[in-house]
Amino acid sequence: MKPAPFAYLRPTTLEEALTALAGEPGAKVLAGGQSLVPLLSMRLAAPSMLIDINALPDLGHVTCDEAGVRIGALARHAEVLASVEAAASQPLIARALSHVAHPTIRNRGTTVGSLVHADAAAEMPMVLRLLEGSVDVASVRGRRTIPAAELFAGPLESTLAHDEVAVEAFFPALPAGGGIGFEEIARRHGDYALVGVAAVVTIADGDVVGARVGFVSVSDVPVVVDVTDHLDDPAAAALAELDPAEDIHASADYRAHLVKVLTPRVLADAIHHARTRKQA
Amino acid sequence: MTTKLFGTKVARVEDQRFLRGQGRYVDDLLTDDPRLLHAAVLRSPHAHARITDIDVSDVLDVEGVLAVWTYDDLVDAMAEPLPLLIPHPTLTHGRTQYALAKDEVNYVGEAIAFVVAVDRYVAEDAVSRIRVDYDYLEPVVGIAAARAADRLVHDDVPGNIGARMEQETGDARAAIADAPHTLTLELDIERSACTPMEGRGTVARWDPDTSRLTVWSSTQTSTGVRGCVAAKLGLDLAKVDVITPDVGGGFGVKINHPWPEELLVPLAAMTLGRPVKFTEDRREHFISSAHERAQVHHVEVGFDDDGRLLGLNVEFWHDHGAYTPYGLIVPIITSTQLLGPYKPLNYRVVFESLYTNTVIVTPYRGAGRPQGCFVMERTMDAIAAYLGKDRTEVRGTNFIQPDEFPYEHGLVFQDGRELTYDSGDYPASLEKLKALVGWDEFEQFRAEMAAQGRRVGIGLACYVEGTGVGPYEGAHVHIETSGKVKVATGLTSQGQGHQTAFAQIVADTLGVRFEDVEITTGDTRKMPYAVGTFASRAAVMSGSAIHLASLRAREKALRIAAEALEASEEDLEINDGVVSVRGTDASIDLGTVAVLSNPLRYAFDEASKAATQFSVGDPGKPPVAEDDEPGLEGKDFYSPERSTFANGMHAVIVETDPDTAEITILKYAVVHDCGHLINPMIVEGQIHGGVAQGVGGALYERMVYDEAGQLLNASFMDFLMPYVTEVPTTIDIDHLETPSPLNPLGIKGAGEAGVIPSAAVFAAAIEDAEGFPITAMPISPSELFALRLEHADHTTEAATITGI
Repeated sequence: MKPAPFAYLRPTTLEEALTALAGEPGAKVLAGGQSLVPLLSMRLAAPSMLIDINALPDLGHVTCDEAGVRIGALARHAEVLASVEAAASQPLIARALSHVAHPTIRNRGTTVGSLVHADAAAEMPMVLRLLEGSVDVASVRGRRTIPAAELFAGPLESTLAHDEVAVEAFFPALPAGGGIGFEEIARRHGDYALVGVAAVVTIADGDVVGARVGFVSVSDVPVVVDVTDHLDDPAAAALAELDPAEDIHASADYRAHLVKVLTPRVLADAIHHARTRKQA
Repeated sequence: MTTKLFGTKVARVEDQRFLRGQGRYVDDLLTDDPRLLHAAVLRSPHAHARITDIDVSDVLDVEGVLAVWTYDDLVDAMAEPLPLLIPHPTLTHGRTQYALAKDEVNYVGEAIAFVVAVDRYVAEDAVSRIRVDYDYLEPVVGIAAARAADRLVHDDVPGNIGARMEQETGDARAAIADAPHTLTLELDIERSACTPMEGRGTVARWDPDTSRLTVWSSTQTSTGVRGCVAAKLGLDLAKVDVITPDVGGGFGVKINHPWPEELLVPLAAMTLGRPVKFTEDRREHFISSAHERAQVHHVEVGFDDDGRLLGLNVEFWHDHGAYTPYGLIVPIITSTQLLGPYKPLNYRVVFESLYTNTVIVTPYRGAGRPQGCFVMERTMDAIAAYLGKDRTEVRGTNFIQPDEFPYEHGLVFQDGRELTYDSGDYPASLEKLKALVGWDEFEQFRAEMAAQGRRVGIGLACYVEGTGVGPYEGAHVHIETSGKVKVATGLTSQGQGHQTAFAQIVADTLGVRFEDVEITTGDTRKMPYAVGTFASRAAVMSGSAIHLASLRAREKALRIAAEALEASEEDLEINDGVVSVRGTDASIDLGTVAVLSNPLRYAFDEASKAATQFSVGDPGKPPVAEDDEPGLEGKDFYSPERSTFANGMHAVIVETDPDTAEITILKYAVVHDCGHLINPMIVEGQIHGGVAQGVGGALYERMVYDEAGQLLNASFMDFLMPYVTEVPTTIDIDHLETPSPLNPLGIKGAGEAGVIPSAAVFAAAIEDAEGFPITAMPISPSELFALRLEHADHTTEAATITGI
């Protein structure tokens, strides 16, 4: 369990990092390392170079404004989770983050790193997708913003080009009349969910006028289903678009069953949240 | 007056060191030695294949690589198969692997080549450059495939059957045929493993000046490793020292020996003239150490209207993996310990021990007992359900009664001795358990929970555990002239708290301060005669030996002190390291007695002047009497005629979520009888750890092999060892102490107690909650969900009756 040889670079400016990345097709970016380092140790990944971005300035921020929450590439899960402002702006972030692994992993792992790792069994990619957030990426060619709907290409595959580094994620604020819910079932506390479900609803004049549900671990990429027109049986609507698979921890049928159990429950929580939430 | 420590909750002297990260494990050794080399092993990626060629030509080009071994490089005893440690007459087709695979591989993870390099990184780089050509063979995976025997693991083992063993008392089949009621059960347990925090590890250093080999290994038997290393490398035993430093858990897997690396590391150290280290990584531990537990059981039972067992006939199939280095210990234990606290009038047990193309099987904490307990306790529950009786009542009907000890079962136990229970009071234990868990109040609780839409169940399970198996352990007690007491016993420690418990015994027996006692374990330089730490035997075996050796040292101390104090030995007492004449001021401390015990020519300090030739002794007699020896020491061995039998009963209340099928533990209760308790805190710690491990085995952990023989969950991400969040936050424990008559301290073993009844007790509680039989363990929420669907389809009526 020792990595194969690799070159190691610890740049101190973003430009230096981007130039190095552009010049080394086999390079990987190292931030929190909570997914990458185990892959290296098991020799499931053998990049020619690690570009460690932990010495880059100005990427550790968690800032909030009326639009929402901006999270820098070096902000740790624990720092995001601890942000009272972020929780106030978009409470789903903290709700979901509290299910991400364990405190020691949250202390090192970065939220942005988790997003571009693009694991459909991870909470934050789904949350970004559900909230219709985005990720800002930089390369020697310039900067661009990738909407969440365009970020996830396949299992563990994002749409970032090889020479691009994700520098910031944006999670929109929960608007007035909005409510959220989140629940997941995992084998052990902190494990990847067997099924995770999040919901965002919008209430107007006491009626649910928008209801969207996002799912963890029941598809290859984060999936969001609009159930506004299916509030009587949202799980059925969701399952029509999901493809739960069997693995060593759960059968496909059990996963589908959990979708049926959790979807109405989480949706009800979100509606309750919207109705009882103090409006700023 | 010295306070009696035996039986008190003395804080573990080990903990400060361990909790502060000051433990010293095999991987911590020689780290400052620039000459230290590191080993890595090429392991088979295939479950079953013939090796047609191994090409290592690219390896030696890697900078930093010093040597590579394959089977062709091994000579003499190293080229022979590894030892079959515990032969048995019924093990007619025992097979063991080679230190490095010869011609074929029989499980994923089997060692093929051994690389030594300047560091582990380089060694792993080199391993990846070895090219092996294989002819693939279809693997045999699982008990069904092994029994079908469409394919053979070893060409010369027909039917994949390593052993078939049968024992019977009375005529079980006739008794069942004549019984008023009969039941048949099929019961399965899956594979799991010990998974200690520290894996296997070996460091060896060869000293060319003295032609002496020192081996450090994270083993459960340093004397066993020493014997194997000397035999395999052709060294005189006296030239080999094996030392076991701190070990981060064993739970059984480290009793197997020698592992290939335990021989290859010393071989490399001797060949290269530099110290060599092998530290197993986690994936290696999963695929190349040992597993346990997988068995399939067929049970036929006949009983009367009271639920009394008239005849019990158990046939089972044991998956022992690719080889049988540890013989038949696990299935023999199942077949004998299955009986628990009960006395079936007629009992027959037959097992076949089967080869599969998977990791070898050696004892894992409990060692066949969890399976046996599962079989017997599921049978008891089935009888109770059939007769409509309370589950505790059926058990009580079948208990061996307190006045029946010693109770002879008429079977042969794992140590080749008669299966004879020494002590216990099962009815009293059951009463304690019922009170502790609230057995009689449970129906009311169930109703209250049902009113809230919640589903709960209660289960119990009883077991008897043969502990403290022979052949022997020894101890050497040395009282130094400082008054400090140095004690050596040969078995090893893996975190049990031996330093504390053994020092309690010494302090009490000798009459010295606890703080003045230092215990050394697992160092063949200090105690070359020893067996090892397994089968809950350390307290019984070494504890008794230490007690006996302390008595000898005490006897000598009193003899010398009596002479010095001009008093009679009968009038002396020893407290806090001071020998005094009862009722007088006359006294002498043990350090001075030690000085006097060793007639000196030379005074090396102030105290030693008292023992020089012009100060002491009768000039008319030899300074050391003919039948005496210098020094204040005691040495003795304890070798019991048979095992001592601890017992216990567990109960659990679980909640099963009607929607998600998640299983939650609401209450866990343990009544435990290991005879006299040396240190109740250590015993309870053992129970806590055992219960946690049992929760893992019942609800979370399993070895998931695919049809190709690949282990799919060889990491702690997918092998679900429970976190602290998954085990009960409190475990209610009550003790019963029925002392063993077999040893001077009246003790019985406690190391495996917590884990034995887990599968049985959780199956019982889940069954009670759900209303349908649970016949296979472990069980996950996904599996419970599937069972609900199955029983909703077929038994809607029955489910309605039980309130689902």
